[in-house]
Parts: sequence; structure tokens; C-alpha cells
Amino acid sequence: MSDVRLEGIYKRFGDNIALENVDLNLKDQEFFVLLGPTGAGKTTALRVIAGLEKQDRGHVYLDGETVDSVQPADRDVAFVFQQYSLYPSMSVYDNLAFPLRSPLRQTPEDEIKRRVTGAAEILRITHLLERKTARLSGGEMQRVSIGRAIVREPRIFLMDEPLSNLDAKLRESLRVELKHIQKTQGSTTLFVTHDQIEALTMADRIAVLQDGRIVQVGTPHDIYDRPANTFVAQLVGTPRINLVSAARTDGGLRVVGSDMTLPAPLTSNGKMPEKVMIGVRPEDIRPGSGEHRGQLALVEPLGVETILHIKTGEVTLVSVVAGVPFYRLGDPIAFALATERLHYFDNDGKRV
Amino acid sequence: MANIDLVNVEKKFGDVFAVKPLNLSIKEGEFIVFLGPSGCGKTTTLRMISGLEAVTDGNILLNQRDVTWLHPSERDIAFVFQFFALYSHMSARENIAFPLQAAQTPRDEVKQRVAQVAKMLRIDHLLERKPGALSGGDQQRIALARALVRRPAAFLMDEPLGALDAEYRESMRAEIKRLHLDIGATTVYVTHDQVEAMAMSDRIVIMSAAVVQQVGTPTEVYNNPANLFVARFIGSPGMNLLKGTYQAGAIHLPGDNRYPVSPAWQRTLDHHLPGNGAVIVGFRPEAVQLNPEGELNASVYADDLHGGYSMLHLELTKGEVIHARAGREVHMNIGAPARFEIVPERVRFFHPETELAIPLPEGSATR
Repeated sequence: MSDVRLEGIYKRFGDNIALENVDLNLKDQEFFVLLGPTGAGKTTALRVIAGLEKQDRGHVYLDGETVDSVQPADRDVAFVFQQYSLYPSMSVYDNLAFPLRSPLRQTPEDEIKRRVTGAAEILRITHLLERKTARLSGGEMQRVSIGRAIVREPRIFLMDEPLSNLDAKLRESLRVELKHIQKTQGSTTLFVTHDQIEALTMADRIAVLQDGRIVQVGTPHDIYDRPANTFVAQLVGTPRINLVSAARTDGGLRVVGSDMTLPAPLTSNGKMPEKVMIGVRPEDIRPGSGEHRGQLALVEPLGVETILHIKTGEVTLVSVVAGVPFYRLGDPIAFALATERLHYFDNDGKRV
Repeated sequence: MANIDLVNVEKKFGDVFAVKPLNLSIKEGEFIVFLGPSGCGKTTTLRMISGLEAVTDGNILLNQRDVTWLHPSERDIAFVFQFFALYSHMSARENIAFPLQAAQTPRDEVKQRVAQVAKMLRIDHLLERKPGALSGGDQQRIALARALVRRPAAFLMDEPLGALDAEYRESMRAEIKRLHLDIGATTVYVTHDQVEAMAMSDRIVIMSAAVVQQVGTPTEVYNNPANLFVARFIGSPGMNLLKGTYQAGAIHLPGDNRYPVSPAWQRTLDHHLPGNGAVIVGFRPEAVQLNPEGELNASVYADDLHGGYSMLHLELTKGEVIHARAGREVHMNIGAPARFEIVPERVRFFHPETELAIPLPEGSATR
């Protein structure tokens, strides 16, 4: 069992509040992602768990016990960084064995061999074991870094943007591999990233951080389908969600700057505010037929799908459709909205 | 307005080719993107067009006029760089006006042309600010305005969105394309980002290792990649590529799979494949259809949500994983068996040694 709990964590650097009242609960074997822009406090949270940073207030629990006064080396967590910190003159094998050979651990050599070959197998780097790390590609080096965490068999893996330095193709394949490894090994992992696609594709649950505060925790589906505010709504999804202003009228919600009127469902307190922001995901705008009218302002073919920019009044909506549609620039275009998938936000950007 | 012809243009540094002899005709008003990984020669090519880099051989024609040995300032071409290169002590207005003032344009005309581009780029309200007070996206708009204000015959852009955050990149991408449609100036644009290239270009020139791999519209390079490099590079993820052996009308694939080949393809494969039947089968993730009766057999390696859709990663045999695009509601457990088929008109074949695409059979339906 390895679970992690943060309770009321508060951390400031000078005048800058890095973490404000952060509560988190990672379950055993969970792949948990902290998602947020640069400066949101993600790395600080990771460092507090590792003990590399001491929180000003609050508690860190590992497996139900507080570790506030436990030294980093004794917390049994393994860190993987964005920059691979390998010993260039050592072989891959020796790099992997290194943490096990530390005087603190004194692991017997046959046990080291078992763990190193096991980790190499998982990461598919067996053929590289004798090579010097200076002669590896970026993707291979990051595999070795992850391997060095795996051999320790830690309670928790803490990963700080480990894929950010890799090129797009490599990032894509390592992402899938990491997820597969995490799921088949059942390791508890806290993964920090600013990349929404990494968060959506890898996480069991995501916590979104904004300015040191957690604004939403949920599964990828929760975060994408029920964003807690406009910040989260815009953070996940490509192309980005359409956000339009609307005002309440008798018939529903009138989109400012266009002829569109959208339904105004009842909220939990039975009232929709006078003014709202409406969020529409690009895939929820369906061109071809429907009650709304616009004009095609821009076409961006991506191969697998095509992004259509539809201008209606002064509002331009971004829609995405499969394949290559037969529209031309300037064409009048009818479209429908998946009204059951619209998002409503109040003046403060909070979901209603 | 300009057309640009590159005739056997090459660049060598010592004995090493940065760009091997390259031929390309860029039409008036066309948006051409040079795409490739770093070091492929795309930026060197752009710099040769601009005159910032001298060719080691070949000719560059601008409107049929040989400009190969003209100074950059004599070529009537404007350059937009990845880094904004604005003068930090000048206001946005002064930055934009700078090239006109340097050319001693009358003051009234400067004023009028600055106002015009500022309106087009919707930066009127930013004109009195210094670059340091602007966001990355707005700084790049100022840099664009400074290029536009010259009304050059052609624009050259070197990763102009490369330094922007993801949130600006998507909207600036659309803005630049919209701007191109409005003013219609010939544009040559360099990027390593295949999404940008697909979204913006009329035609893409894909380069790798100093050599042009393919020139085509986004749809052409996506659906009919000329070789394995293009098949992998375009698309995220790239095309699924499986090594197989062609024998008796079917291809043997990893994991004891057998993929029957249509009669039209059989004739083509008989003609083009090496004697041992070695072949590479390619198909896009969206060409995979899960089907319990499907001819191909795999197990689930991982599955993930991408927002509007899911991606399934299917392992045919250890280490051979293909990607399949599926609806966002699809979820499968790791290790679960999965049968699938490939939409017949979307399968492609490649020669394993030359790495070239095997030409489509005559009369075959392509999409």
C-alpha cells in the first residue's frame, strides 16, 4: 500500500504564495497528474512531498503516517526530473545500479542484477545495458532515468515533466509506454505537467492547479466534460473550447454579437444568471444542417480532421469535423450545437 | 505579389550538404510551408531565398528575375523571425514605422500605412506601448505588422509561432492564415510542427537530411505519403507501420496475423516488391475499425482519452503496438483481446529497402 495525503499545505517564498491550502489524496496504484501553467505551484507540491521543500503549514502523510519530520532520503520516494541526471561515463547498467549501491542501501549484487535486468526489460533497454549513457538518444536517456527510479521499488514515483525535453513523436510514444508500465506495475505515481494532452491521456485523476490553489480534481472525463471554471475549460482540449458571452432573454440565452439563441437550462438553484459565458467544445458544433447560420471564414485541414472557423454575426466559432469536408471558404454554412454538452459559467467564470 | 523559383539550389558547408540540389516553383499568392526536424535544411533554404545565406550552386528567381546574387535588401522580401527582434526602446508604432522611415517614405504615408496594418492585425490600441509591456502574442503581431507595412512581394517566416505559449499559438496560427487570405502575398513559412504545416499551407515541402522528401497539399501528404519518413512524420501519432511478408495473396504480420490483399493491390505488389515478399503495411489510426469479426488480432496495450476522442494502443506481439482512433466513450482494459480491420481503401504499402510508397493501383479509390 502506498497512498499520499496532503492536508492544508501552505508554502510561500518571500512575498510569493506558491501553495495555498492544498489538499490532495493519492490512492494506492493511482496515476495522479498535477496540471497547470508555469508558476502554478506544481513542482513545489512535488518537492514538498519528497521533503526537498518544507511546507510552512499543513501535513504530508505517506501511508497514513505523517512524514513532516522525516528526511527526504527516508521517505522512500523516487524522483524523475525533466533533465536526465545520468553519469555519462558509466554504463547504463551502472547508472541503473547506482541508487541500489549507495551506502545507505547496501543491496547485494545478485539482487541488484535482478532489479536492473527487470527494469531494463520493462523499459525495453536491455540491449543498451553495456552502453555509456553519453552515447544514448534523448528518449533512451529518459528511459534510463525512469529505470533508475523503478529499480528502487519506491513507495511513490514523483515525476516532474519527464517528457518535456523530448521531441513530439518520442513524447507521444513514451507517454503510452509510461502509462502501460504504470498500469501493469501498479505503481503509485504523481506526475506534474503543463501539457493538457499528457494529463488527459495518462491520468486516472487530474488536479488542476491555478496560482497555488487546486481548482478542480477529477478523472480526465470529469475535467473535460464538467470543467469547474473557464480557466479549466480553456486549459484542456485542442482546439480550445469556444467561449461566448450571452444574455438571458425570454426564449433562452442570446449570444452577444450574433443571432444565436441557446437554451437556458435550470440550474440547481433554479435560476440562470442574467449574463453568462457559454462554452462549446469544437466537436460539439456540427456543420451541415441545423438551426444556426454562419459563413466559413477559415479551413485548417489536419488530415485526420479539419478545423472549420464559422463566422456568425461578429462571433467566430471553431468547429472540428472528421476527415476532409467539401466546404469552401466563404460558403454559407448551417450548423447545430450539441445542446446537452454546452457549458455555462457565471460572471466570475464559475460553472453554473 | 511574386512567384519564386528555386532551380537546383544547394548549400554545402565544407563537404557537408545542408541542402541537396532542390527544385521548386512557388506560385504567386501561394502559402508554402517547409517542414522537417531540426537540421533538415529547411531554415537554410529559407535563408537562401532571403539572401541572408549564399547558395553554393543553383539559382533563385523572383518573378523570373535572377536574384541569386542580390543583397537581401534588394529582393523585396520581408522576413519574420521566431524571436520578435523588436526595438525595446521604441513604441510599437515606431517599431512598425521603422522600415518605412529607413526607406525615407513621406511622413503622411508612413502614418497611413501604419494605421492600416494596425487595424488589420487589431493592434490599434497597442501602438503607443513598448514591446516589453506586451504579451508574446502581441509582440509577434507587432513583428508581423512591421513586415506587412513594407508591402513586400513575398513573406518569409521562420518559426514565427515557435516562441509562443500553446494558448497563443493556436489563435495566431489562424490569424496568420486569415491575413494571408486577405492580402494574398506569397508566403514561405518554416516550421518543425506538422500540425502548423497542415493547418496553414497550400502545399508542404517536407525535408529530412538535406533532401526534399515530398511536396504536396496537406491532404496528399497525409493520405499518400511518398515514403516512410513522411508517413511517420505527418499525423499525431504518425501512420501505423507494420513489417510483413507478402505471400499468396496475403500479408503475414506480427502476432500470427494474416491480412488478405485485394486483387488490385495484389497485381501492384507482385510487380513492385522484392522477391522475398518483404513489405511494410501502413494505415492511419482512424482507418482502424474494431470489429469482433475483424481479420487482425491484438491485445490492448493502453487506452487514453484525448478530449474529443479516445486512442487505443493495440499490441500485435511484444513491442509491435499500433494506434487506433475511437469514440470518446470507448474504454478497454489493458490486456483485453481486440480484433480489428483496416478500412480497405486506406491501406498503403511501402518497400522495406527503398522505404518508398508502392504506387496505388490504377483506378483505386483514394481518400
